[in-house]
Amino acid sequence: MGMTMTQKILASHAGLDFVSPGDLIEAKLDKVLGNDVTTPPAVKVFKDMGANEVFDKERVCLIPDHFTPNKDIKSAELTKCVRCFAREQDLTHYYELGEKGMGIEHVILPENGIVFPGDAMIGADSHTCTYGAVGAFSTGVGSTDLACAMACGETWFRVPEAIKVNLTGKLNKYVTGKDVILYLIGMIGVDGALYKSLEFAGEGVKELSMDARLTICNMAIECGAKNGVFPVDDLTIEFIKRTNPERYAAGDYKVYEADEDAEYCQVIDIDLSKVPFTVALPHLPSNTRNAADVTDIEIHQVVIGSCTNGRYEDMKTAAELFKGKHVKKGIRCIVIPGSQKVYRQCLDEGMLAIFDDAGCVISTPTCGPCLGGHMGILAEGERCVSTTNRNFVGRMGHVKSEVILASVPVAVASACEGHVATPEEA
Amino acid sequence: MKVTGNVFKFGDNVDTDVIIPARYLNSADPEHLKQHCMEDIDDTFAQKVKAGDIMVAGKNFGCGSSREHAPISIKASGVSLVIAADFARIFYRNAINIGLAIMECPEASEKIAAGDEVVADFDTGIIENRTKGETYQAKPFPAFVKNIIDCGGLVPYTQTKIGE
Repeated sequence: MGMTMTQKILASHAGLDFVSPGDLIEAKLDKVLGNDVTTPPAVKVFKDMGANEVFDKERVCLIPDHFTPNKDIKSAELTKCVRCFAREQDLTHYYELGEKGMGIEHVILPENGIVFPGDAMIGADSHTCTYGAVGAFSTGVGSTDLACAMACGETWFRVPEAIKVNLTGKLNKYVTGKDVILYLIGMIGVDGALYKSLEFAGEGVKELSMDARLTICNMAIECGAKNGVFPVDDLTIEFIKRTNPERYAAGDYKVYEADEDAEYCQVIDIDLSKVPFTVALPHLPSNTRNAADVTDIEIHQVVIGSCTNGRYEDMKTAAELFKGKHVKKGIRCIVIPGSQKVYRQCLDEGMLAIFDDAGCVISTPTCGPCLGGHMGILAEGERCVSTTNRNFVGRMGHVKSEVILASVPVAVASACEGHVATPEEA
Repeated sequence: MKVTGNVFKFGDNVDTDVIIPARYLNSADPEHLKQHCMEDIDDTFAQKVKAGDIMVAGKNFGCGSSREHAPISIKASGVSLVIAADFARIFYRNAINIGLAIMECPEASEKIAAGDEVVADFDTGIIENRTKGETYQAKPFPAFVKNIIDCGGLVPYTQTKIGE
């Protein structure tokens, strides 16, 4: 019996030749990640357990992004805790506001070339599953796991069963990776991949950009998956060469391929050409609809950004669609480039001017409204079309507010129309 | 070890945003978090819950965010045990790591009603519903996970490793 990509990465990090689904293993970690919400409790646990030094100052990444720029005094204390710990431990990957390389954790780790094919990592943030896009194993954990991993550079895993998602065909114009993952979550439900890995494969993979793959893996958690992972192809290699030429040149990565006879508990076929513009209505990411069928839903706000859709390609698409158009009067549209680099690209390429001309407000990189933190909280009865990842009750603000999850093109069209809308064929 | 308590019943897919909304995540103090536990799904929960009470829910309990504040808020509320058909995986890890007792038992999840008096034995996994006169068998923990629980959580377990 063969192994999947995920199983191979886990086996190698556990020093084993072979692992089977259900095995409990202890694996070495290439990177460990925390943010401003999850790190402070981890720092307390770290100190309380008597640990003095992190296992490797190059491998612990602490990124304040959730409530930054600090939204209130308590949040400022959280960030201060992270900052002090990062300085005390002399961490390489701590980024201050405005610094090059700063931004939303899951945007900047791939962008700064911090995660490479074959890496195994955990992060105290559920969307840590994003990095499967570069052929790494990565998954979310809590603060105590973070603390223990910072101390010893290892953690335990249950080797997951795998679902193979076989992609064929090619996406239609303005249909994106976001539509693909929403479509998949709609098919299998919010617990459809519980404890399992989503292994993307097939001819359709090459049709998906790196940013699309990052978006797809980012939301693997929304169907309960432990991780999502894409095979490494020419596009991946081009990406790592660009994001971290030194590490690429040093050959410090490993390409794993699933065995022919790897075991999958389920195989799902998706023809990319059949994926429609997809939205998830309140209050579950699995409550999906063809966007064209729900254009009667009126909205008050649009958010474009987040670790799901705050990357360069997202901004580029938004700018392309906003050019010459305007946000409908009475609608607020908040655009949040996911990192300082993406923000600068938007500036250099004239995208910020397009957003401004279209009547959008442009924010510094932050998770902000996605988790109901700040920078766009909803009042009672308000409804938002958002490129973020969750639409649970109260997620973006008042318990009686609503979030509709959508792709960037659908979000732009909705901002211009004032209701759920699909982009016109250009 | 056994616990006895009255049941608060919840449905499927209880997410961490309703267990502890992000607007309260600017502090990780258990005393602060417990005042807002379950607020967006039952805003009377924090007032009504008593030490020892038991939560029973459907499938995929604790889905969503990795925030450990969620199991911390439940534990700080005095809840002695959460029974669910199954748990989202990060919540499962977090609960074990911080010492919030959990049990996976689809039958108990289905049959136990709000207000029932329940006795649960962590060693045998037997859940007794005194109100209905029924018993259910929870899934045992894998030996590796049981070892972490027996060590007193992940921190003491890790301390033995960094001491090596």
